[in-house]
Amino acid sequence: MLTDLCKKMFGKSLWLFHTNCGACNGCDIEVIDVLTPYYDVERFGMKLVGSPRHADALVISGSVSRQVAPALRRLYEATPDPKVVIAVGSCAVGGNIWFDTYNVLGGADKVVPVNVYIPGCPPRPEAIVYGAALALGLVPKKVQAQHEQHLPAGFDLDEYLKKWEGIPAVTR
Amino acid sequence: MFKSKLKEAIICLGAGRVTLNYPFEPAPVPPKFRGKIEFDARKCIACGGCANVCPPRCIVIEDIGEVAKITFYLDRCIQCARCYEVCPENAIWPTEEFETATPDKADLRSEMTVWMSSCQRCGRCFEYDNAIDKFESKRWRGRGPGEANKHGIFPTKPPIEFMPRGPLVREAEKER
Repeated sequence: MLTDLCKKMFGKSLWLFHTNCGACNGCDIEVIDVLTPYYDVERFGMKLVGSPRHADALVISGSVSRQVAPALRRLYEATPDPKVVIAVGSCAVGGNIWFDTYNVLGGADKVVPVNVYIPGCPPRPEAIVYGAALALGLVPKKVQAQHEQHLPAGFDLDEYLKKWEGIPAVTR
Repeated sequence: MFKSKLKEAIICLGAGRVTLNYPFEPAPVPPKFRGKIEFDARKCIACGGCANVCPPRCIVIEDIGEVAKITFYLDRCIQCARCYEVCPENAIWPTEEFETATPDKADLRSEMTVWMSSCQRCGRCFEYDNAIDKFESKRWRGRGPGEANKHGIFPTKPPIEFMPRGPLVREAEKER
């Protein structure tokens, strides 16, 4: 549904506003790399603009620190609707190695709603192009969660986990 | 000046088209590329080495009695492949998959559940139908005291109270 809406709303060109919310510049350099002739994301009509009021999409990189969170919120509100929020890099997606630090909120989705997550530290330029194409609805989603179990035959996991419900994790 | 411009134009024409036609064509990755990690629950012995070295703590092991539940928070994975380096059973490895962009964060949360059988003597868990089954061992694989296996009869001495016991062991003790 989101992709259909995106195709309708952002059919022509998507203007990006890139914000660094405490990134190490790794993701920023990859975002710049995407704009070079080699990857050339301007094929899809994307270009960087200088003001959030001109932008259709916010590109967030960096683990969102507490200092920058209100500013990011204001930035999100300044972007006209409809808008797409793209989180680039492991920091903006899940907080990276600072996910539980005191001064980091651990992901851009704690502050603003995020539409497309592009994990990687930093993501390859191709991965960012893929994420941009996914936001536009040009390519299908490929990644899936992997759930594996190796249990004896006839073992009821849910029944077993129920037995341990009240017991604190330290004594397990 | 005109000459240099002409030279530049010739160089630019000679270069041809450099732009990759990427999302419509597959992009090959360089050798030794580290992408999204994958794992095999049949090989895992839940030793916790990967969780110990993971810099962003994206691998979390939870021991629930005889079951080890391993959660992979791939949203904060930095693809350092240190888990691959330490894994003694090669149960986890980096793939060449980099197209991990997704609109749903739940796609980046993988889970693995491994059953660990507990030792009849100390109540601690050890790996199940893995390394022990691979080589001929003189350890006790019988069901409990008084029962025979190919190495003899299990001593009828009660197991030492060493670790808190799981419900399976407690039930087994009640039956005895």
